[in-house]
Amino acid sequence: MTRIRIVASAVLWALATSLAAPLGAPAQSAPIKIGFLAPLTGPFAQIGKDMVNGNQLYLAEIGGQVAGRKIEVLVEDDEGNPATALNKSRKLVDQDKISILTGGMLANVGYALQPYIDAQKIPTTYPVIAADDITQRKPAKWIVRTGWSTSQPMHPFADWVLKNTKYRKIAAIGMDYAFGYEIIGGFQQVFEEGGGQIVQRIWAPLNTNDFAPFLAQLRRDSDAVLALFTGRLALQFVKQYEEAGLKGKLPLLGGGTITDETVLPQMGDEAIGLITALHYSQALDNPANAKFNKAFEASAGKIPSYYSEATYTNARWIVEAIKAVGGKVEDRDALLAALRRVDLKESARGPLKVDDFGNPIQNIYIRKVERVGGRLQNTVIATYPAVSQFWKYKPDEYMKRPLYGRDYPPCRYCQ
Amino acid sequence: MSPTSGRRPIVIGVGALVAAAAVAPTLPSYPLTLLTQVAIMAILAMSLDILLGYTGLPSLGHAAYFGTAAYAVGILATERQAGFLTCLVAGVLLATAAAALFGLVAIRATGTYFLMITLALGMVVWGLAFRWVSLTKGDNGIAGVPRPDLALPWSLAAPLPFFYFVLVAAALAWAALGTLARSPFGLTLQGIRESETRMRALGYDVWLHKYLAFVISGGFAGFAGVFWAWYNGFVSPVDVQLVTSVETLLMVALGGPGTLAGSALGAAVIVFLKNFVSVYTKRWLLILGAVYIGVILFAPRGVLGALRAPHR
Repeated sequence: MTRIRIVASAVLWALATSLAAPLGAPAQSAPIKIGFLAPLTGPFAQIGKDMVNGNQLYLAEIGGQVAGRKIEVLVEDDEGNPATALNKSRKLVDQDKISILTGGMLANVGYALQPYIDAQKIPTTYPVIAADDITQRKPAKWIVRTGWSTSQPMHPFADWVLKNTKYRKIAAIGMDYAFGYEIIGGFQQVFEEGGGQIVQRIWAPLNTNDFAPFLAQLRRDSDAVLALFTGRLALQFVKQYEEAGLKGKLPLLGGGTITDETVLPQMGDEAIGLITALHYSQALDNPANAKFNKAFEASAGKIPSYYSEATYTNARWIVEAIKAVGGKVEDRDALLAALRRVDLKESARGPLKVDDFGNPIQNIYIRKVERVGGRLQNTVIATYPAVSQFWKYKPDEYMKRPLYGRDYPPCRYCQ
Repeated sequence: MSPTSGRRPIVIGVGALVAAAAVAPTLPSYPLTLLTQVAIMAILAMSLDILLGYTGLPSLGHAAYFGTAAYAVGILATERQAGFLTCLVAGVLLATAAAALFGLVAIRATGTYFLMITLALGMVVWGLAFRWVSLTKGDNGIAGVPRPDLALPWSLAAPLPFFYFVLVAAALAWAALGTLARSPFGLTLQGIRESETRMRALGYDVWLHKYLAFVISGGFAGFAGVFWAWYNGFVSPVDVQLVTSVETLLMVALGGPGTLAGSALGAAVIVFLKNFVSVYTKRWLLILGAVYIGVILFAPRGVLGALRAPHR
């Protein structure tokens, strides 16, 4: 008897709540729903958490509402798996009726969602997914990137190396997947056009446990080494590089993730002097970043990484767009247009605006690892203002070349 | 214990198919896409059941054949604009060919060694998917795989027609595998599962039977893979990786090996648990784990195996 009563009251309660929601308020003042995908389980869970934290921090700062409407964020775990990300997006779009989709971390998730998003016409932003072609050769109409494209920091980095160092022969080692190819490829393209030479290219598998065989192969007659790793591999590579006695002999350059703030606090003196390029540094000196740093450390209890900054600025970007349409997110075309028109004069990573393909034009920072006040940081040593994803090339000429890959650009100076 | 005796799985299975078909039009599109996913995973789990439940060979590399077919469809549909039949035939044939090749190596082993060899062979396919970038686009995966155009009045791009399309495929696969399991060939497989030496003494070619079961199972896994590529419109190395194989194995173990309908039930339970529980808690893996442990402790022959009366 009691069981029946419990079941009956549960059913009534469910009915009541589901009926109350649509009747409760007219659409205009109902909450704006934002779907947020992040890897919350699996190897990228820590980064996923950083992403969620950055997003929540900004929304908390504005009191969780904009243009008179509350913002409701629905966080879903995509497991870093494209099929799961698709499932969760279907849930967010069909069942939760979100107005905006955002988040995601891995390139394959980005590519997998793209056809679905364009078919459903859901205004979407990618704060972290950086795969070049999403805003280049296969541009998505309904996706605006608020983060970066992989090769974007590497073009100016090569320019900086040519102008400020004597390194002309560089050996490159990178992770054996698309992100690695686009980082190394972007650098190689500009470096070799300016007279430099990539004399070696080594692709290390993602499950590498010991770098000794790769370090032994690195050409000792090169002027410097360019490396690209993330997470555990970054920690291990930089450590083993020093242990192999290479640090004093071959200066180390890197793609930004090798010293990003998810790994830097766990590194030691072996990282000092490493020069990298990215569109953000936690140590960047501007008022917006100082404010973000303070608030983030207070709420999350650690220094922010670029992932947190990405979703923090992304949330602000979305809020600016909602303001621009006066809170009428139901007009999807207008919202998309507003997302593409956002122009932030100052953000934690500097000024931001969007190019015609939906990628930010933003500052690129050349950073050097230093120990300041007892902890390691990426000190900014040079700034390239307002860098486009196409660098100084014309977009159509740039996109006639193939996507940077395992064998492109060809390694002409390799032996 | 004789899996062919009980009629209950058939009744339950037909009931589930009819119920799914009847309920589908009333469902919103999200639960409907999940149900579609269940149907595809059910085909995959049933294909593995032929090996695990009927022949007693636990394969940890079933994602290889599933993924081979998915890649075949992905590549043919995007680069050659291949239609329904080409994709279907090519996908199933390639998966069958892969199983025929791998079976030559794997069937020599039994028990743990069979697990390890199938795992290793599965990793070979994963490695190809990941590294043969010019063909598979590597880690980025193949996006924008179109669903086939059957010249029907309903476009398969919509969730409901596509669900019926997949449901028919699942029913066909179930009927085919069920017939196979009840045939003299299927009975021989069960004999091999119970006692290989006795079957050999009776004059059966044990190796050939196991090999054929392996190839047929791979072919049906490929059949599931074809629909998977259409369903997601996307193929990536994730589809071929070990986790997919393990999950399939768990579906079969959960539902009840040696009962095709049980594997389908296992597929349904896992797909829904994954997608519904994860909405409410980040710790959904914990709950999934608890379900596995519960089944192993209280229903070691799977959910459907436990429902079967009377026990031996």
